[in-house]
Amino acid sequence: MAKLNLDLTKEIELLRLVTVGSVDDGKSTLIGRLLVDTKGAFEDQLLAVRKKKGETKIASASEIDLAMLTDGLSAEREQGITIDVAYRYFATPKRKFIMADCPGHEQYTRNMVTGASTANAAIILIDARNGVMPQTKRHTHILGLLGIPHLIVGINKMDLVDHDQAVFEKIRDDIKAYCAKQGVKDLTCIPMSALDGDMVAVRGDNMDWYEGQTLLETLEDLSVLDAVDEQPFRLPVQLINRPQTADLPDYRGFMGTIASGTVKVGDEVMAAPSGKSSTVKEIVTFDGNLDEAFAPQSITITLSDEIDISRGDMLVHTGKATSDGKELTANVCWIGDDPLTNRKKYMIKHTTSSVKAMVASIDFRRDIHTLDREDADELAMNEIGQITFKLQKPLHYDLYADNRVTGSFIVIDTFTNNTVGAGMIV
Amino acid sequence: MSKHKMTQLKALEAESIHIIREVVAEFRNPVMLYSVGKDSSVLLHLARKAFYPAPLPFSLLHVDTGFKFKEMYEFRDNFCKEIGVDLIVKKNEDAMKKGMNPKEFGVARCCGALKTQGLLDALEEGGYDAAFGGARRDEERSRAKERVFSMRDEFGQWDPKNQRPELWSIYNGRIHEGESVRVFPISNWTEMDIWSYIREEEIPIVPLYFAKERPMIERGEMLIPYYEENKDQLLEGEEPKMVMSRFRTLGCSPCTGAVRSSASNMDEIVIEAAAAKRSERETRIIDHGANTMEDKKKEGYF
Ligand SMILES: Nc1nc2c(ncn2[C@@H]2O[C@H](COP(=O)(O)OP(=O)(O)O)[C@@H](O)[C@H]2O)c(=O)[nH]1
Repeated sequence: MAKLNLDLTKEIELLRLVTVGSVDDGKSTLIGRLLVDTKGAFEDQLLAVRKKKGETKIASASEIDLAMLTDGLSAEREQGITIDVAYRYFATPKRKFIMADCPGHEQYTRNMVTGASTANAAIILIDARNGVMPQTKRHTHILGLLGIPHLIVGINKMDLVDHDQAVFEKIRDDIKAYCAKQGVKDLTCIPMSALDGDMVAVRGDNMDWYEGQTLLETLEDLSVLDAVDEQPFRLPVQLINRPQTADLPDYRGFMGTIASGTVKVGDEVMAAPSGKSSTVKEIVTFDGNLDEAFAPQSITITLSDEIDISRGDMLVHTGKATSDGKELTANVCWIGDDPLTNRKKYMIKHTTSSVKAMVASIDFRRDIHTLDREDADELAMNEIGQITFKLQKPLHYDLYADNRVTGSFIVIDTFTNNTVGAGMIV
Repeated sequence: MSKHKMTQLKALEAESIHIIREVVAEFRNPVMLYSVGKDSSVLLHLARKAFYPAPLPFSLLHVDTGFKFKEMYEFRDNFCKEIGVDLIVKKNEDAMKKGMNPKEFGVARCCGALKTQGLLDALEEGGYDAAFGGARRDEERSRAKERVFSMRDEFGQWDPKNQRPELWSIYNGRIHEGESVRVFPISNWTEMDIWSYIREEEIPIVPLYFAKERPMIERGEMLIPYYEENKDQLLEGEEPKMVMSRFRTLGCSPCTGAVRSSASNMDEIVIEAAAAKRSERETRIIDHGANTMEDKKKEGYF
């Protein structure tokens, strides 16, 4: 039986990834390769997609149609199902990965925004024969907008360009120059062959000139939490815990997931919007009380004073308040069937609070091809623009660039109840 | 650079608790589906954590097919009593009276009547607008696209064409009168995560998950648990024998296979899960008639 250090499994961290690429850049092949090489797929699942029917054993990854492993797509097309984000899971002894797999064709903006919203890192694939294409720039722009901390560019199909170092370096320099303009902070470029597996999980023998890490090593080393625990403390209140049992008649706990920062027992905190302050009495969990809690833990806080707090309020450290106001300007990615239009009313859900909102102005639409700003009187599905909303009551928020949780919101159509927009506050 | 570290199980736990709390905040009458299996056990544990020190603000609903293993009924009744949760048990009595069973009516019809219809009736009767379930996206390919909040129309039907995109950790719980939502708080957990978490948190589970000598019928590569009461499950030429085995997943006794294993404690189970070459789904449906097997063979089943 395989040796496994059980205590080591406790050290594993979680990294959320998104993979994007245009059709045929090799995304399915890469994901299949990662699943096979990390044993993220089971033998019975692999056997179902082997190239030669009838075999009952898989000797090597080359016998498997890697792309088939992840493509539920043909079945989807037959059934006419919207082709959208799928989630895949794989793990190494160091990390577990949740990968949002976004199809590269139709509705890619909508899918990409959905898949990328929770990601710590993104993998963009480029076909080495084609170099940086307009859609690569589009994808990079959207990932930049969504504030993905780490961008990895996989320069794929190196086997088709003779594993030529010069080809890799040219593409790397092009994408670097472009990313600098987009404000991308952490960029890594890796030459690879998803088909042969070179530089994915193993180095292979074909690109000895490349001195960087393989894709999997890179993914294992990226910072997971980044500095989210060092930002100002934010606790959007989800619920009030009032057991009202015989033992706990007067207990009032404030339940929520810490959006950012750290909180300690004894800290002075303030509740927005009331502005009332108190100190943290206990940080309660099922596993015992904590002295300190940090993002993204889900906790319950009790306070020393009785102050009025309800769902949708936000606990912050006194003196470290959020911005607030009845107007909100944001980059909005529209994902609804009906376009966003001026003066139309919607519902906005921001952290745990929902407010009515009206489109006050469409400041501009971003031409997704040239990335230029243009005037517009609507925002159609898959379009991105800057919108100013007028709110029925003030929201307490941070800028998206500073805080992805308290700086984001969704737009809900009040007639269909569908989620129609993704907002990033600027 | 961050000075705090969060293990992946704790990150998954925090995400699941967040989801469970959102549902309680936004829905009028939620219920938690409880199947007595390992995923349900984890889900229930997470729910208790979410509301501690208060009791669960919703009931558990077990849709009973009458075909569960007797060890599951024992465990369910004892455990629910011990932790003091409100358990509702519902059955599709009509189908049961007509003698619904997988051998005569086929697995699909039996599941359709006892599980699916049983569930829809129970949800309708209870007037629930949200039902938590323990499904995971890694279970099979088609589940990989399931949302955390999965909308159902007035007939309890799912429309895959009309799924709401889910962005960040903001869940849209708005529904029209008559509609409802299925919520899957452990969507992002894998089988390995479930076992590791049960081990770390010492969550009680049905003893059938631990290896023991048990009477089994060997059919092809499958191990089918044998019970004296249902001798008629034996096909011609088959005979029960004692096999060291355990279950990776628990469903109805006529339709759940066991695996050969000597893993008799949580450490051994986690090690076995890490080395597993086959998905747990493989033990899920047992073929009772020649037809279903033939159909499967056409698709390349061996
Ligand atoms: N030679 C070569 N072919 C590749 C590589 N990666 C993918 N392909 C091929 O490119 C085609 C498109 O790949 P696929 O993974 O389906 O692309 P997707 O549309 O991005 O998912 C398939 O025929 C793959 O076999 C590679 O590294 N080298």
